[in-house]
Amino acid sequence: MNNIFVYCEVTEERTIADVSLELLSKGKKLAGDLNVKLEAVVIGHKVSGLEPLLYPYGVDVIHYADDERLFPYTTLPHTSIMLDLFEKEKPEIALFGATSIGRDIAPRVASALRCGLTADCTSLEIGDHFENKTQTEYKNLLYQIRPAFGGNIIATIINPETRPQMATVREGVMKKEIFSAKFKGKLKKIEAKKILKDDDFAVTIIERHMEKSKIDIKNAQVIISGGYGVGSKENFNLLFDLADILGAQVGASRAAVDAGFVDHERQIGQTGVTVRPKLYIACGISGAVQHRAGMDQSAQIISINTDISAPINQIADFTIVGNVADVIPKMIRFYKKNSK
Amino acid sequence: MRFRIIVLAKQVPDTRNVGKDAMKADGTVNRAALPAIFNPEDLHALEQALSIKDKIPEAEVILLTMGPFRAAEIIREAMYRGADRGYLITDRKFAGSDTLATSYALSLAVKKLAPYHLVISGRQAIDGDTAQVGPQTAEKLGIPQITYCEEIISVDAKKIIVKRRLERGVEVVNSTLPAAITVHSSAPVCRQRVAKLLMKYKHARTVTELQNETKDYTELYNDRPYLLIDEWTADDLSAQTEMLGLSGSPTKVKKIENVVFQHKDSKIIGSSDKEIESLMKELMKSHIIG
Repeated sequence: MNNIFVYCEVTEERTIADVSLELLSKGKKLAGDLNVKLEAVVIGHKVSGLEPLLYPYGVDVIHYADDERLFPYTTLPHTSIMLDLFEKEKPEIALFGATSIGRDIAPRVASALRCGLTADCTSLEIGDHFENKTQTEYKNLLYQIRPAFGGNIIATIINPETRPQMATVREGVMKKEIFSAKFKGKLKKIEAKKILKDDDFAVTIIERHMEKSKIDIKNAQVIISGGYGVGSKENFNLLFDLADILGAQVGASRAAVDAGFVDHERQIGQTGVTVRPKLYIACGISGAVQHRAGMDQSAQIISINTDISAPINQIADFTIVGNVADVIPKMIRFYKKNSK
Repeated sequence: MRFRIIVLAKQVPDTRNVGKDAMKADGTVNRAALPAIFNPEDLHALEQALSIKDKIPEAEVILLTMGPFRAAEIIREAMYRGADRGYLITDRKFAGSDTLATSYALSLAVKKLAPYHLVISGRQAIDGDTAQVGPQTAEKLGIPQITYCEEIISVDAKKIIVKRRLERGVEVVNSTLPAAITVHSSAPVCRQRVAKLLMKYKHARTVTELQNETKDYTELYNDRPYLLIDEWTADDLSAQTEMLGLSGSPTKVKKIENVVFQHKDSKIIGSSDKEIESLMKELMKSHIIG
């Protein structure tokens, strides 16, 4: 069986994005299950410290394409390099971050290779499949698990016939884990100049304004998260007040972001970030499965909701039946009172 | 050559407003209980196309959708808002298509409408949220793609300049034409229906819809051919059958689970001072906070 490949995104700081390191960590486990190797693909220019950064994740081979035209990312040249590599290496599995970049390149690559791609997976496993129609047994397929249909169902998707089996995964869904600090792989240079053609540069970047993400919800120990039930932008300020006092971050459900209560950078859930804090306080969040997918690994969950039957309450450790605007000031008051 | 813009759109079940009857007892989705709507980001895409037409009056906007017969509704909706015409790609052979099979069929239809300058679609549809069909259609057409468009800054017969909304910022890019663009929800919302166009197109029908009309409109459609919405089948597109529907879809659904919330022992408390204070104390005692 062939190997597992992870497309590694290059950040503004010319290092590898967290989401790619998370995928390498997951990729290593899958590679272990399948008894194959893990290979990383890095396409960029002057990326620093690749080998010491990536080998500890258990990367057996780094494929590195270095050319000044390859950073910042544009679709066509990166696609050409991936296609050239994949046609030679024929990966068993290929993983991409479900980011602006990953969701741009992965479908393009999948279409060219005519292989299956599953977006925004929340879990990846290895398993078998028996196809009744053709009475065919498939061993060791990649189960690509994701919520679908607005989060009302969880679908397990497989690609029995086509390779690579491709999937994208959001940042924060997989855990970043060092495999072994002593692990050593090897670096293979990709000769980008031989692969790239003039046509690959049909799109040129005129201007870019990138900022480092200011809000670090993902690494917060405590998250105060608000939903549509918070009611208004003003009420959201209460959440910020509580967060300030507890040293927490403020998160939000998609409904709250869509309603304009808070910036989309704070969105938690299938189409936002995934978090695993020690404490998650869900304020006026009903708990659609897309939201739940992004927070149900929290160690403790407190739900504040006027509706006792809100689905979120079923995964909460504590449910406070009440109004957010009433309960949060009380939490602030009693925290202050008892912390002295 | 007229500046031709093809808008790809999808009619989707409104998954944002899922009611109690949305799931059937057997755990499958009750599509009938969900209203069918114009996919929200595709409306943003239509607006981008129409705003180009505002600047280039001889430009034409063609709406292309693949779906069951009733998807003609969104073609009419687009015409009420300013699209010139539309095509419905419909065939039982398309049933069960994943994004790859869908983009294959769409790309054949777009090719049939060549020469074109732009293919514009929403970034993603709310029933799947995959954001794959735009880029995959672009790949099958062999044209560049510009994803997550927030604003079209300028466009002429040869090139387009687009502002893209990325997760950590914005990027302005220049592309040769033809090109495919996917539009982000941060782009302007679509203009409303125009009363004059509503009057003009309210009798616009596909052939299939006409067969179900009780009145005979034959004369009306002879006089006003623009009221007839074309339907294209797999044969009209000269599609290879094995590339369509389930057989053309490399991804297979192995298992579908209705979402069941796992039940944890949850303490339910009220919002009285006493109850909130004791909760805060407990959290502080366990060093979760403080």
